Amino acid sequence: MNTEVKMDSIYAPSEDVVVREIEGEVIIVPLVAGVGNMEDEIFTLNETGRAILAKLDGKSRLKDVLESLSEEFESPAGEIDRDVIGFVGELFKRNILVEASEG
Amino acid sequence: MTKDSYITRQNWDDAEVWKHSKPLLRLLDVELTERCNNNCIHCLINIPASDVEAEEMELSCEEIKAVLKEAASLGCLTIRFTGGEPLLRDDFEELYLYARRLGMRVLLFTNATLITPHIAELFSHVPPMKEVEVTVYGMKRGSYEAVTRKSGSFEAAFRGMGLLLENDVPFVVKGALLPPNIGDMEEFEAWASTIPWMDKPPTHSIFLDLRCRRDPEKNRLIKRLRPSPEEGVRALTRRKEDYLRGTKEFCSKFMSPPGEGLFSCSAGLDSCCLDAYGYLQPCLLLKHPDASYDLKSGSLGDAMRNFFPRYRMMKASNSEYLARCARCFLKGLCEQCPAKSWTEHGTLDTPVEYLCEVAHVKARYLGILDDGERAWEVENWRERIEKMLKDDPKLQE
Repeated sequence: MNTEVKMDSIYAPSEDVVVREIEGEVIIVPLVAGVGNMEDEIFTLNETGRAILAKLDGKSRLKDVLESLSEEFESPAGEIDRDVIGFVGELFKRNILVEASEG
Repeated sequence: MTKDSYITRQNWDDAEVWKHSKPLLRLLDVELTERCNNNCIHCLINIPASDVEAEEMELSCEEIKAVLKEAASLGCLTIRFTGGEPLLRDDFEELYLYARRLGMRVLLFTNATLITPHIAELFSHVPPMKEVEVTVYGMKRGSYEAVTRKSGSFEAAFRGMGLLLENDVPFVVKGALLPPNIGDMEEFEAWASTIPWMDKPPTHSIFLDLRCRRDPEKNRLIKRLRPSPEEGVRALTRRKEDYLRGTKEFCSKFMSPPGEGLFSCSAGLDSCCLDAYGYLQPCLLLKHPDASYDLKSGSLGDAMRNFFPRYRMMKASNSEYLARCARCFLKGLCEQCPAKSWTEHGTLDTPVEYLCEVAHVKARYLGILDDGERAWEVENWRERIEKMLKDDPKLQE
């Protein structure tokens, strides 16, 4: 499977997971077998992850997500790029994010 | 932006998930039906599967979905589907998928007799995220069906568990120690150890709860099936080292007189039970009318925020309870609680003699009580517990 993160692609949470916000924490609950490794696991996101995931709405291209985050957060050049690519790559690899088609 | 790990795998029960505050509701028990396709001699909640009147009174699929949706909005992570036999409901699959799609895990209590290839495949594709819990009533058709009083239930249960195994659906088994199956115990434990998800020996219902809807006739039978306190404790302590390790750990936290407050468990605190007819109760057993919250005129959130916290503040007034249970340091060894008082006596604060005797036998086994002593009269109980936790306990042969 090609796990390269593409700036022109649109990413969104997979239908195989449920994203919940409980008491300020974002948790990701696997729905079908094959997401995550253990039957008793859920996933939590750090602050960066939460900020990025909130922008992955299944409509915006990743380059637009990057631009929006750069306007919102004051970070050194390149840091947001690294965070977004790292985050999307990691969740894509785990089948938590999928490439969405243009709607 | 921060540089720590973007995503972290966590165990469902890991308190680290809740950095700021815990959700209002952790666990919701849902009794999908009180009907069961078995007719177990010891069961605390079963009515015939064919009871049409009871079936018509049960919550509809849409009503249960509405409660599940509210549970998720309150932060609930775990739904326990129980009964009766929850797989009797035609809409089980719909309710199961609905709960899972809300991001909750499902713990299913079942006798496994109604597990079909389709249900096993469903659990394989959309895992419950928690081991299915199957109660096994015997290892031979004769003993099993002497308990269930249902012809064909033995084959059906083992066929159901076989389907779970074939489909790699995690499940664990537990037993109920009863006169017809007491001879099967070793065979049951040996077989249970071959189940891939059993990482410790199965637990057994030994001391048998009475009917939570208070049925005098059935309660008489259940009382006759109970082992004597000595027999029960012998069965409980068969694996001496395991028992001592678990009990010592528990006792280190929960051995002290409870005082006049009635509730010391988490019932109604971060969990509650939805019965088959739309009432919420603090736990599966405590179906006292005063403990029941009618969802038709309220909400799960209101019950958790207002009704149960008020109810949990209730204090004992029974003089016998105040003289004995409130002053007794065997709290961690005794199953006395408002629910057990309700099932045995129809009140919340009447001492249950059988449970009291069982706790005293356990305490003597652990060497913290002598013959003839009554625990609520012991003044140096702290020293005794400290000694037990520190030394090898003086055990009965």
